This record gives sequence, C-alpha cells and structure tokens, in this order.
Amino acid sequence: MSAIFRHELRSHFHGITAYLFMAFILAFIGIYTSLYCFKAYVTNFEYALGAGCFIFFICIPILTMKAIAEERKQKTDQLLYSLPLSMTKVVLGKYLAMVVIFTIPMLIVSLYPLIIKNYGGVWLPEAYGTLLCFWLMGCAFIAVGMFMSSVTENQAIAAGFCFLVLIINYFLGTFANYVNTSARSSFYAVCVCIVLLAIVWWIVTKNELLAAIVGVVLMAANVGLFKFKSSLFEGFFPTLLEKLSLYERFYVTVDGVLDLTAFVFFITIGGVFLYLTVQSLEKRRYS
Amino acid sequence: MIEVKHLTKKYGNHEAVSDLSFTIEDGQVYGFLGPNGAGKSTTMNIMTGCLAATDGQVTIDGYDIFEDSAKAKALIGYLPEQPPLYMDSTPAEYLDFVARAKGIPAKELKAEVERVMEQTQITEMRDRLIKHLSKGYKQRVGIAQALLGNPKLIILDEPTVGLDPRQIIEIRELIASLGKEHTVVLSSHILSEVQAVCDNIMIISHGKMVAMGTAENLEDIFAGRTTVTLTADAGAEETEAILSVLPEDCGIDVKALETEGAPKCDAVITSSAEDPDAICRQVFFAFAKAGRALLKLGVERASLEDVFIELTGDQAQEAPAEAPDVSAEAQPSETEVDK
Repeated sequence: MSAIFRHELRSHFHGITAYLFMAFILAFIGIYTSLYCFKAYVTNFEYALGAGCFIFFICIPILTMKAIAEERKQKTDQLLYSLPLSMTKVVLGKYLAMVVIFTIPMLIVSLYPLIIKNYGGVWLPEAYGTLLCFWLMGCAFIAVGMFMSSVTENQAIAAGFCFLVLIINYFLGTFANYVNTSARSSFYAVCVCIVLLAIVWWIVTKNELLAAIVGVVLMAANVGLFKFKSSLFEGFFPTLLEKLSLYERFYVTVDGVLDLTAFVFFITIGGVFLYLTVQSLEKRRYS
Repeated sequence: MIEVKHLTKKYGNHEAVSDLSFTIEDGQVYGFLGPNGAGKSTTMNIMTGCLAATDGQVTIDGYDIFEDSAKAKALIGYLPEQPPLYMDSTPAEYLDFVARAKGIPAKELKAEVERVMEQTQITEMRDRLIKHLSKGYKQRVGIAQALLGNPKLIILDEPTVGLDPRQIIEIRELIASLGKEHTVVLSSHILSEVQAVCDNIMIISHGKMVAMGTAENLEDIFAGRTTVTLTADAGAEETEAILSVLPEDCGIDVKALETEGAPKCDAVITSSAEDPDAICRQVFFAFAKAGRALLKLGVERASLEDVFIELTGDQAQEAPAEAPDVSAEAQPSETEVDK
C-alpha cells in the first residue's frame, strides 16, 4: 500500500492538478476569511468555512478525476491487477495520497483561527471543531469522486459526474424546503425512487428477473405501508433529502453544535464509496 | 509450473477461450501461437490474475491464482500487450515503484532495480521520461518491470509487436537469455518468432488448443504429408497417364505450362506414404519407361507454417463467419517479418 501511496503522491505533484487544487482551497477560504473576519469583524471563523464550503464541488473533481480513469485509459491498471496487491490496498493507497494533498492546505488554514485570535475573541474549540468537520466532509467527497473516477475511463466524464453529485448534494437542503410534505407526495416520491433503484439494479446486475422481483417487493411494501399507516409518510421525503445531504449536517456544526452523528455520517459515506470503488475495480476483472 | 485446467472465458455469448487445459513445465520457453483474436491475450490475462475466468482453474506452483493470488502473483512477472507504463515518470522511478509494490525489501531495492536495468540495457535511459523513449525502450522498461523480484515465471504478451526489425532481434535475444534462468511464456501471431525463440509451441485458435509440442514434433504430426513436385518434358495428359502407376491414395494435380515448342507441365503429388523416397523412385522410373525426361523433381516436408495454417484454417472452416479474418491476418504478418 505504501508503494501505491508514494507513487500516487509523486504523480499528483508531477502534474499541475495538486497545486491547482491546493491553491483553489487556500484562495477561497482566504477570501471568505478576510471578508467575514477582517472586513465584517466577525470573530466566528466557522462562518468563513460555512460560506466557502461550496468550493468542494469545484475542486474535488479536479483532484479525483484522474485517480482511476487515467489508469484505465493508459492501461496501467493491468499492472495494478498483476501486482501481488489486493485492490483494497490499491484503492486505500490512492485515497490516502489524495487525503494528504487535501490535508496540506487544511493545515495552513488551521493557523487562521490563531491569527484571528490576536484581534478578537475567537472561541477556538468551535473553530477547530468546524475545521475538523470540514476536513471530514472533504475526505468523504474525495471518496465519492474516486468512485466516479472508477466507473469510466474518461477523466472529463468522471469530473462531470463528481461535480453533478456534489452540486446536487449541495442543493439537497434547499430542494427539501420546496418539496411537498404531504404523505401522498412522499409516497409518490418513494415510488419513483423504487423504480429508479430497480433500473439501476438491472443495469448493474444485468438480471431482469431479480431486478423485477426487488422492484415489486419494495413497491408492495411501500403500498402496504401507505395503506395501513400513511402517517409515516408525512414529511418523510423532505426529511430523507435533508438527512442525505452532507452539507446540511456540516451547517449544524457551523451553527455551533458539535454533532458527532455528522462525523459518523461522513466517515460512513467515505467508507461506503471506498468499498464501491474496490468493487468497481474488482468488477472489471469479471467483465 | 503452471497448470491450467478447463479454462473457459465468455464475453456475453462469445466464448473467447473454451475449455483450455495445459501444463507449463519449469525451465523452458513456451510460445502461444495463434491468429489475432484467438484468445492468447485473454488466456494470459487469466493466468496472471488480471481477468477472472468464467470457468476453470489456474494454479502457479500449486497456488490458485484467485484463491492465493498474492503468493501466486509473486511468482509471476507479466508484461501485458500494451506495456503498463506511467508516461510521466522515468524508468528509474517507475521501476522503484513496481519493486516496492512487489514487496521487495528496502535494502535490496536499489540493487534489484539496477540489476533489471542492466539486464534489459536501459541503464542509460534511467532518468529520461518514459513518454520520450522509443517504442523499443518502452518495451524494455516493460520487460524490466516483469523481471523485478526475479520471478520464476515470465509471461510476455506479444513482446515484439510494433518494433522495428533490429529491435525485434534484440528483444528476441533478450528473451532467449531470460529462458536460461526463468520459465518464459510468450505469445505471438508471428510464426517465425515462436519458432526461433521457443522450445515448446502451443497453437491456439478460436479459444481452443489445436496443437502442442516442440517445433519438430508439430512438423512430425504432418510429416506423413509429403508433397512431391515435378516438372516434366511431356504434355499434361501424357503426364497424367504416366503418373497413373502411383498408388491410388496419392493426390495428383497436373498443370500444363505455356511453352513454345515441346509441351511441358508441372505436377504436384501429395501422398501420405511414410517414405517420400519411394514415391520419387516410382515417379522417376515411370517417366524413364515412357521415355520422357524429368526436368525437376523435389520433395517438400510439411513446415511448421503449413501446420499453423492448416490447423487454424481447419478451425476457420468450422466457423465460416470468421474465416477470412484468420487467413488474412495470420499470413501477411508472417511474411512481413520474414523479409
């Protein structure tokens, strides 16, 4: 794993992407810090992070798009398959290299609260708690981006997918506010989700029968539940959207509540997408 | 030792490899020979654990390539058809990475990288970017990568494809020298190459093993097919009459030559007789008796090339849809290199 990690780190710094990524993060957090803390005299450093967190959907794709798509395109993935390494180690090595590149600017950013403290009363635990949350969210997004890179051999498509997923995630909270909270509309929304799930299942497994069974069973459960206990559906869909949004969980921390469930959620999302990346690579062997 | 048992690989409904079984003994050079699309690369990818088989088993020195993949892969050095090189690194960096990934201890790392660079003669290119190297050098870096860790088995997929004739000779010499210390398996669609480098030849066509053995062995299989060619100082009809004394199982093909003056003709006699000399004697005396001169008389044994074309051609007849590909692709490339 350390071999992959070293190699990845080196190749990131061979190109321009790592520098671009770091410069981007530093520039935007710098701008928001000076706007909030120095211009508007706000002593809450976390507000700068809260306002600047949109940078993820711009800079994460830049960092992650190459990760696996490029290997596949250059056929160097053949080497990875033939080495005596498990795919888990390969994926972890690549992931850790990207996390390190993300951590470098974050370490620089971590000096900001100390600097601001010289000029006013910064409540450091809150500032660093938010910074940690910000970092964990970034790590989760890197895992998402890496998975997107593993499903295609075209870097641009990988970046596009990653951008799309992240930006939808960003606006998920806003969408949730506009969604009808009635039980019936939630029921319909869940129906649509089940159909989509069945279609995805069919595409991934190429097994029509199994996909149909999964779809029908879930749909029956959904209809049954709605018939007998429709109160469950009230406000269900908007809440679900909000719960799925990584940003919504991060904002809670920005508002001053150190929510450990958010930390667990980020780590889980990261783990799930790393697992999916390993599976995506393994699947190539069976294609 | 590699044991391949009942290997099958399906892509959708297409069977790229079907029920392939063979054993590769230690210390020899093996060649996979077959036209393009015969399933050579697929087989090699499965043998090295890069691809999963639909059915069947591959064991390397008793370790299953999928169950004990780490142990099995540690015994193999593999160069895929397209050398898996990182274009933005130098050979030294690249080999350092692969050596670490193969788990070579840090102490021996440097010496090992130097050793393989020495062996493949890329030491002087060590600090150039791989993307700036010529194709021949890229191939050498690819082979160097396979040699790292001194694996027992070296598997090379089409190692000379796309190289110029001098580079081809150099790579072949390198392979021959590797064959002294390692078991080498290489694939090629070029017959003369396999014949020049390999002790053992496996001919694969449409995912099936159609023949296996040494070059001489394979020729022997077809040794029964003797072809006698002659040019006679007689007309076609007369020649046919003269040759009618030959045993009935001989195939006779007579062609009149367009000449001024006395008629001449060529004849090709194919026979399954054990002793080609007997046919020649009969032909000679038959013409002598008829008072006609033989201008030319020659015997040809089946060459490996005939075996190859015959074997892969047979397959082509079974699967008529793909027949043109087989002959069209297999033949020109051979002549290309023979030149």
